[in-house]
Amino acid sequence: MRLPTGGRIDRSVTLHFTFDGVGYTGHPGDTLASALLANGVHRTGTSVNLGRPRGIVAAWSDDPAGLVQVEEPFPEPMLLATTIELTDGLVARGIPGRGRLADVPDTARYDRRHAHCDVLVVGAGPAGLDAAREAADRGLRVVLVDDRSEPGGSRPTGDETLVPGILHLQRTTAFGLYDDGFVLALERRNGTPHQSRQRVHRIRAKHVVVATGAHERPIVFEDNDRPGIMLAGAAREMLHRYGVLAGQRIVVFTSDDAAYEAAADLAAAGAAVTLLDARETAPAIPGVEVRAGTMVVGSEGVERVTHAVLSDGERLPCDLLLVSGGWNPTAHLFSHGRGDLRYDDALGAFVPGEPLDGVTVVGAAVGPPAPNRLVLWRTPGDPAKQFVDIARDATVADIARSVGAGMRSVEHIKRYTTIGTAHDQGKTSGVVATGVAAELLGVPVASLGTTTFRPPYTPVAFAALAGRDRGTLFDPERTTALHPWHVGAGAVFEDVGQWKRPRYYPRTGESMDASVLRECAAVRTSVGILDGSTLGKIDVQGPDADVLLDRLYTNMISNLAVGRARYGVMCGADGMVIDDGTVLRIADDRFLVVTTTGGAAKILDWMEEWHQTEWPDLRVHLASVTEQWAVFPVVGPRSRDVVGAVFPDLDVSAEAFPFMAWRDTVLDGVPVRVARISFSGELAFEVNVSSWYADVVWRRLLAAGAPFGITPYGTETMHVLRAEKGYPIIGQDTDGTVTPHDLGLAWAVSKKKVDFVGKRSFARPSNLDPLRKQLVGLLPVDATTKLPEGSQIVEGAVLPPPPVPMLGHVTSSYHSAELGRPFALALMKAGRARIGDVVHVPVDGTLVPVEVAGSVLVDPEGTRRDG
Amino acid sequence: MQLIECPWCGPREEVEFHYGGQAGVAYPDEPAALSDEDWARYVFFRANPKGSFRERWSHNAGCRRWFTAVRDTATYRFAR
Repeated sequence: MRLPTGGRIDRSVTLHFTFDGVGYTGHPGDTLASALLANGVHRTGTSVNLGRPRGIVAAWSDDPAGLVQVEEPFPEPMLLATTIELTDGLVARGIPGRGRLADVPDTARYDRRHAHCDVLVVGAGPAGLDAAREAADRGLRVVLVDDRSEPGGSRPTGDETLVPGILHLQRTTAFGLYDDGFVLALERRNGTPHQSRQRVHRIRAKHVVVATGAHERPIVFEDNDRPGIMLAGAAREMLHRYGVLAGQRIVVFTSDDAAYEAAADLAAAGAAVTLLDARETAPAIPGVEVRAGTMVVGSEGVERVTHAVLSDGERLPCDLLLVSGGWNPTAHLFSHGRGDLRYDDALGAFVPGEPLDGVTVVGAAVGPPAPNRLVLWRTPGDPAKQFVDIARDATVADIARSVGAGMRSVEHIKRYTTIGTAHDQGKTSGVVATGVAAELLGVPVASLGTTTFRPPYTPVAFAALAGRDRGTLFDPERTTALHPWHVGAGAVFEDVGQWKRPRYYPRTGESMDASVLRECAAVRTSVGILDGSTLGKIDVQGPDADVLLDRLYTNMISNLAVGRARYGVMCGADGMVIDDGTVLRIADDRFLVVTTTGGAAKILDWMEEWHQTEWPDLRVHLASVTEQWAVFPVVGPRSRDVVGAVFPDLDVSAEAFPFMAWRDTVLDGVPVRVARISFSGELAFEVNVSSWYADVVWRRLLAAGAPFGITPYGTETMHVLRAEKGYPIIGQDTDGTVTPHDLGLAWAVSKKKVDFVGKRSFARPSNLDPLRKQLVGLLPVDATTKLPEGSQIVEGAVLPPPPVPMLGHVTSSYHSAELGRPFALALMKAGRARIGDVVHVPVDGTLVPVEVAGSVLVDPEGTRRDG
Repeated sequence: MQLIECPWCGPREEVEFHYGGQAGVAYPDEPAALSDEDWARYVFFRANPKGSFRERWSHNAGCRRWFTAVRDTATYRFAR
């Protein structure tokens, strides 16, 4: 029933809403729960396991039962009616303990903000406001958050004196306290459409003041879960905050002085109130019939409570049965910070124990005084109908079963009974469960302790935690300067790290296999062009640059001449290959190190680590220039014609511009660097230009190549071409257990250098094992089967009984246009000694015979690289 | 989320840092002169104490400098 006056609602505005298909009205300032109670609706749904009718129990986020599904404005499951602020047009329905996720995309935005402060105060009740004011008066930077719609704690008046000059956020729940004063808080903005719906505040505070008040707890009795059975403080809050009288004929059952205030206020508001006090002596209050030494042992009613059943056998008619078993400090944030909770016998509650660094607990969260409390967990009755955790349908009988099964720890009892694991995380049931378990075990409550509170304090939507980090912003996407061109050319992209790289460029109706065969053939017979801009590039400068590179590469770098390039391999201290690429000597004291696309960041870190931590005396500086340079390999027997036509000032003849040399030239005033580096075995020129000019240079190369049918190709063709030449991809053909020698790269390991990172490990016995796996080629004997990458290699045509000895595995496998057949690269035990042998690879249940070959399958003599 | 004190930038969130394991394990002067066992000890063996531990950290997402810090491996607290 809505009272004509009182409460913090605006009666001049009427809001329309729908619950379970029935239209109702409420006012701004209402929650869905208060508006339902104002309309006489207690029952909100049914319980999750037993299907028993359930209603509103508490007035805020501690409610264990009043779960609803919101349909409008946006479908959201498992929300508490007590925490939904009423809006016009709200459509909700009761649920049987389970909701339904939205099947339409959420169009709302969710955001994140950061705050740094000297003092964070959580809770804007009287204690929190005082703490915030005191800190602000001392000139400290203060943030004050409170989860309700307005400050004032459990009894807002609207006259609270606010603290000027601080960040004060209402509707903001501090849901987790972490290391070093880090607090996450969720703000529900309920704002205009252009605003984000919710945002997570990441607050870093030098000091946290916990002023979060206390939660009332029930006393357990038989059939204590019916709609119309509420906490006493909740009914009082409905009266004072919303002007709602939740019943006219009220029975209050308590063992504590605190409920008397609720009884008196409800009587003064016009209800007939009978107060039953489990204590033998009870104070008298005006307007309320008080019976001492009386308990509630049961209830009647189906959809709503109709009678309280008393310990003396009387059936007392009522339309609202209120319970109060005392108050528990809301010490969750203190517990998140690994603060220990201590059981206080007089309060019958767990209170903050030894103080924590940087956290102060104030107000009722310390433990509200309760000098006359009788600690009573339950009254006599059938344990199977005495509900401890209403949200989980868990009863005293369930606790008895867990204790009977031998459990002695509340952590085990919690997991066995599921008490305290629902949406409310046991805010009303946790301590009662400990009390009942202690009673059943015959031990003091203090010896059992309580379960650990963990974040989040209240449920937080994943959408809020994700914020804007979703969709295309989930992980940064890196694109090259040519990306729009690739999109226009119909490229199919693949992710390489964060990069979007064209994988192949299909013509209309063309499959990937057909595209790749066409692109490969174009490169080997005429000319192709690749966007290689994602290759990692590191500018190494300083008088000791060559010393650093000599120590990190397996081969000699210091004797490289200016104007030349060299292939190099890097190993870890364990001698295993971590990256490869080319090094260009730009000047005596300057190199350009080119890494794999995926290894760019790792190798810069690697070089920095050695320089900073082992050889800080070396005068050298490192900088990533990956994004500054666009790189286009122009590859194939006609590449010289194309590059020569575009850069007339450059002498591209084999004599003037040898393999593994680089030359600078100028195109319309723009500096361009061209290097004769080949990742395919073909004649190739890598064109390097500032990314600002990437598009125009690319188009000029295409125009000059048109007479030769220049073909843009993607990473798939690049992989096939390099595999035909046996060039490994670090991370695909290697796995961190592969040495340069295993890859057939012994020629790239210096014998002259006294030391380099990894060298000593090459002499370890396991590195000298003749049975080490080595990179080889595999040719399926039938010349048609493409071996799946990752396939195992076995010896014979018949599998022996398990365990089957494995010879190695396939690392790369493709169709070759040049060879007219599929081929593979593999790591195989003693592989090079077995060239010519036939071994077997299981494919779809059959053993496919494959011939072991050298890893270089196309142009093993290297006759093509000079065109 | 802990705060870690970077000697160059001041306190920053731990996600900005990269852990580098035990500090003070120097690259041997003459690896070639070491026995296989001594070399393996350098490459593979690190202390793993409960309690105070000297560690290498890199402020990877910030100034990118390496530094040494002492941390308690049981409480995660950095020594000041």
